[in-house]
Amino acid sequence: MVLDAKIPDGPIEQKWDRHRFKMKLVNPANKRKYHVIVVGAGLAGASASATLAELGYHVDCFFYQDSPRRAHSIAAQGGINAAKNYQNDGDSIYRLFYDTVKGGDYRSREPNVYRLAQVSNAIIDQCVAQGVPFAREYGGQLANRSFGGAQVSRTFYARGQTGQQLLLGAYSALMRQVASRQVKLHTRHEMLDVVVVDGRARGIVTRNMVTGEIRSWAGDAVVLGTGGYGNVFYLSTNAKGCNVTAAYRAFKRGAFFANPCYTQIHPTCIPVSGEYQSKLTLMSESLRNDGRIWVPVRPGDKRPPNDIPESERDYYLERRYPSFGNLVPRDVASRAAKAVCDEGRGVGETGLGVYLDFKDAIERMGEAGVREKYGNLFQMYHKITAEDPYKVPMRIFPAVHYTMGGLWVDYNLMTTVPGLYAIGEANFSDHGANRLGASALMQGLADGYFVLPYTIGDFLAEHRQSTVDASHQAFKQSESEVRSRIEKLMSIGGTRSPDSFHRELGKVMWDYCGMARNDAGLRQALEEIPRIRDEFWHNLRVLGAPESLNQTLEKAGRVADFLEFAELVVRDALERTESCGGHFREESQTEDGEALRDDARFSHVAAWSYAGDGDIPERHTEPLTFEYVKPSQRSYK
Amino acid sequence: MDFTLKVWRQAGPDEKGRLITYEAHDISSDTSFLEMLDIVNERLLEKGEEPIAFDHDCREGICGMCGCMVNGHAHGHQQGTTLCQLHMREFNDGDTIYIEPWRAKAFPVVKDLVVDRSAFDAIITAGGFISMRTGSAPDGNAIPVPKKSADQAMDAAQCIGCGACVAACPNASAMLFTSAKISHLGLVPQGQPERMRRARAMVDAMEEAGFGACTNHGECEAACPKEISMNFIARLNRDRLKAALVE
Repeated sequence: MVLDAKIPDGPIEQKWDRHRFKMKLVNPANKRKYHVIVVGAGLAGASASATLAELGYHVDCFFYQDSPRRAHSIAAQGGINAAKNYQNDGDSIYRLFYDTVKGGDYRSREPNVYRLAQVSNAIIDQCVAQGVPFAREYGGQLANRSFGGAQVSRTFYARGQTGQQLLLGAYSALMRQVASRQVKLHTRHEMLDVVVVDGRARGIVTRNMVTGEIRSWAGDAVVLGTGGYGNVFYLSTNAKGCNVTAAYRAFKRGAFFANPCYTQIHPTCIPVSGEYQSKLTLMSESLRNDGRIWVPVRPGDKRPPNDIPESERDYYLERRYPSFGNLVPRDVASRAAKAVCDEGRGVGETGLGVYLDFKDAIERMGEAGVREKYGNLFQMYHKITAEDPYKVPMRIFPAVHYTMGGLWVDYNLMTTVPGLYAIGEANFSDHGANRLGASALMQGLADGYFVLPYTIGDFLAEHRQSTVDASHQAFKQSESEVRSRIEKLMSIGGTRSPDSFHRELGKVMWDYCGMARNDAGLRQALEEIPRIRDEFWHNLRVLGAPESLNQTLEKAGRVADFLEFAELVVRDALERTESCGGHFREESQTEDGEALRDDARFSHVAAWSYAGDGDIPERHTEPLTFEYVKPSQRSYK
Repeated sequence: MDFTLKVWRQAGPDEKGRLITYEAHDISSDTSFLEMLDIVNERLLEKGEEPIAFDHDCREGICGMCGCMVNGHAHGHQQGTTLCQLHMREFNDGDTIYIEPWRAKAFPVVKDLVVDRSAFDAIITAGGFISMRTGSAPDGNAIPVPKKSADQAMDAAQCIGCGACVAACPNASAMLFTSAKISHLGLVPQGQPERMRRARAMVDAMEEAGFGACTNHGECEAACPKEISMNFIARLNRDRLKAALVE
């Protein structure tokens, strides 16, 4: 199959405008005859639902939480980028575009990224008008900060809770449409299948998590805003409920999955403390602006940090990267931390941690100065670890944070299944192999407010209303498959919990497909994952009834999908023998241990198609061309 | 550490519930409260007993999904903390811990510790928004917002909608929740055109959903994991009174 990204003609700065003009419009009087199904109510799903409803479409919005205000977009701390140039420091749409393509290590689609930078400004306007309480200057103007090593101040923020405030903004727009009955919410509903009839997505099958009811929903188009798959590693900064099920079900119904091996590992998280740790907590990477990262020079040095003299400390980032020091990008900082821990120089009980020391900053700014800048983060750290970071250096370790890979979409955000769209973190399109800080919120809202509502209209105008309703045979078939899978999960009658399998899978993924990957390790993972999966289907225990709230059953279904999906991630990592962005292949590095891209062989998107149960999925490619931003080797020396 | 748990078990909304005793042995002091429940649940499953249902998601104190009464305190005794951020080191070895769901007429129990908080969404649906269409906004800096107003609005907007204020209130009132949204939007210039209508509609919706009235106990502020001030309730009352006069 040829992957046609449907990139519009013309110079890059005119593509989106031209495309908007060329797209067909749905007559306003006809919009109410169309029915759109949106799965997920995070930034992307909520903003898309609200905007589609404002346009006049009927929207049904499904999500697993008890309210749309809870999706994991809410946890984003740092901010949202936009090319407003309010600081007069030389920012522009072109610069944001350029930085994003470069930051993505030249593995994203230029026209998509350009459009993202173009609509970034409208997002800020939109959010301000909704009442989002962004930080302000004394004159009442919007405040900005520089973030993630960017050389301009283009990040808008609301204290350390930007994601929360943007999500609550989208949520309020959504609830306004609920009030006018244009949107119907389906809380505590989990999507368990996409229904495809005659090659077009016609609806979904859901499970009501309170009553256990399995039900079909038909519509004219289906939109997945179901987030990323970071929880395939078990421990991540994602919410416990985040899962790959919706995206993976879509994959099984014909949607291609792009670049699953691109996962982002964030360097500043609180280290794991014990086997029962259920999730990892991120601390804003702004801490690296003033903290100094170090480990003992001597492996196995177990002295308390304050007893280790300066001469026996290795400030390894400052040593290896004299010009960027502690501010190297996320992927570089994470790998360097892993390297020193592999040498046996990691700190803390587990040896999986490095120090982030504010001693010098406290000497320079005073404790009050540090408190003013980082007080809330220090407090959070203190609460979780019971250690006072004003007195003892913090311990940090990298953790899985974001997934750049996702369902393959064309310029219109449509997957390879006509009528099926993917938005936000669920798609793969804009971040290449590495996402820059404060760009996830931007992309989720760009897709939901300003891209999808246009492009979906073009599809609907071309395709008359669906005459297929939920009584169609395909829905019945899908429902019965969903039911029998649930029965199977309930009836194994083994001894182990879904969580125990999830932890086992996560360990394999982290060990062999984490911060650094190599051929032998990935092949080892390909042997171990099917073994775990096999035991899962023979030794799982789910108690209770499927016809009521059953959290073990929910978890079991999600873990079952992770156990299949994990193999896809590993396969993708195995095939991509270059290093790029968040994907580091040990075989592909420079003499001094830096990531080495192979543009000649891998300047493409890898998109996988499902080939049937037990068969190896097929790898397709979409070539990437760079007309505007010429690929170069990133260097932070 | 070892604990004795008295946990509310209730099979469904219409079933009778009761406290059941479980022993939680050998719990690390670094474990969070919800991780302690995870461990108890794993052990229940091993023994062939159905695990305890409880809501949770982000486990970093921002999604508002988790929350139970712990020894009579919403989210436990530690100030300014959601249940997921509470660690077992805050308890004493050998403690007996009572764990119950939020109790309020407007929050019916779904199962065990899980309650239905859709009444909160109903309050927001009544007017917790600024009516503007996507694409119709002026430039972000065209609407200057004094820093003080923006900061105060943010203090109110921090609400995570967990329901602790309702659970802590002897009247099961949702005044702190409702006032936080009314104040957030009422403090910024964008929210002025609908300010009066919003105050009236949201309070009406609150009453309709079965929440009680406010009699200034202040338990809500004490229980709020985001430490939202009950001064916002005064602001709500002022807006509502004004709305009545205007009408």
